[in-house]
Amino acid sequence: MAQTRREMLIDPMVDNNPITLQVLGICSALAVTSSLQVAFVMAVAVTLVTGFSSMFISMIRSQIPGSIRIIVQMVIIASLVILVDQMLKAYAFEISKTLSVFVGLIITNCIVMGRAEAFAMKNPPVDSFIDGVGNGLGYGLILMLVGVIRELFGSGSLFGVTILETVNNGGWYVPNGLLLLPPSAFFIIGLLIWGFRTWKPAQVEEREYKIQTVEAH
Amino acid sequence: MEDLISLAVKAIFVENLALSFFLGMCTFIAVSKKISTAIGLGISVMVVQSITVPANNLILGYLLAPGALAWAGFPDVDLTFLGLISYIGVIAALVQILEMVLDKYFPPLYNALGVFLPLITVNCAILGGSLFMVERGYDFTESVTYGVSSGFGWALAITAMAGVREKLKYSDIPDGLQGLGITFITAGLMAMAFMSFSGVKL
Repeated sequence: MAQTRREMLIDPMVDNNPITLQVLGICSALAVTSSLQVAFVMAVAVTLVTGFSSMFISMIRSQIPGSIRIIVQMVIIASLVILVDQMLKAYAFEISKTLSVFVGLIITNCIVMGRAEAFAMKNPPVDSFIDGVGNGLGYGLILMLVGVIRELFGSGSLFGVTILETVNNGGWYVPNGLLLLPPSAFFIIGLLIWGFRTWKPAQVEEREYKIQTVEAH
Repeated sequence: MEDLISLAVKAIFVENLALSFFLGMCTFIAVSKKISTAIGLGISVMVVQSITVPANNLILGYLLAPGALAWAGFPDVDLTFLGLISYIGVIAALVQILEMVLDKYFPPLYNALGVFLPLITVNCAILGGSLFMVERGYDFTESVTYGVSSGFGWALAITAMAGVREKLKYSDIPDGLQGLGITFITAGLMAMAFMSFSGVKL
C-alpha cells in the first residue's frame, strides 16, 4: 500500500481536491451554497453516499462482470441516494425542500461514480470507505467555504444567525445581493481555484500557447 | 399554446439548465474546448433530453404516482420513492437503445454523436430535467416542450462557452487561473448575461 490510511483521508482535501483539481461534482457544489446550512447538509449527504457506495462496490467488486459494472454501480448509488432522500424528507423536511432536485442529483455527481470506478473497483472495502469519505470531505470543504462567503456577505449571517447586522434591520451592513444569485458561485469557485493553485503551484495547468516576449534592442 | 411558448422561452433562457441551475457542469467545463465537439454534445443532449423527459413523465403517470397503478388493480399503491432509481434506469436504457438504433440505421449520425452518448447517462442535466418535470408537475405536452427547450438551452450555453474558450486560449492569463479557473469566471459572466433575460415575458 503506497499510502497510509491517514494520507488517503487528508490527501483529497487539499492536494487532490475533487472540485478544484479533478473538476468533479461541480454541478451541485454551485447550486446549494447560497446558505451555509443547506451546504452543510449537502456535504454530509455526499460524504455518506460516497463513503458507503465505495465500500459496497468494493465488497462485491470481484463478482461484478466488467461489461455491466456501470449499471451495477448506478443501482447501488441510486439506492443509497434514495435512502438519504427519504431520511431528509422524514427528519429535515424544510431543508429537503430547499435542496429540491439536488439530493437526487447526487446520483449523477461525478465524484461518487469517479471514486467507485477509479478506486473502489481495485481496493479492499475499508480502504475504499476511507477514500470515499476523504473525497466527500474534500468536496464538503469547498462547499462550506463557498457557503460561508456567500451567506456571510450575501445576507450577513452564518447558519441563519446574524453576524453582520444588515441595513434593513437597522444595522450598518449593506448586503451584496449578487452573492445570492447563481453567477457569484462561479466567480467564487474560480477565485478559490486561483488561490489553491497559487498555494500549490504543482496544480497549475500547462499553457496551450505561450505569449512570445520580444526583447528590446 | 401560449403557455407552451412561454414555458419554452423560460426553459431556454431564464432557467437555463447549465447557467442558472449548474446542471451538467462537469461535461460543460470538460467538453467546451472546441466549438465542433461542443455542438455535437449539445445536439446529443437535446435529443436525449427530448426523449427521456416525456418517457419519465409516462413512467411517473402510469406506474409510480399515488394511485397510478389503479389500472392493474392496485389503487392504494404509492411507488414515488422508487422515482430516482427508475428515472436513472430509464435514462441509461434509453441512451443505450438510442446508441444501437443510430448505429444500425443512421451511421453518419452515430459517428458524429456516438462518443458523447455514454457521457450523457451521467450528465446531471438529463436527470435534472426529469426531476424538475416531476417537481413542477408537468403534464405530457408540457414535458415534451420542456424536454426539447431545456436541451436546446443547454446546447446553446455550451456552444457559446466553447466559442469564448477558443479565443480565450490565446490570452495572457495568470498562471493559477489558467484553464479551470478562468473557465469558471467566464461561465459566471455568461450566467450574468443570461440573467438579463429574466424580465422577458411572452
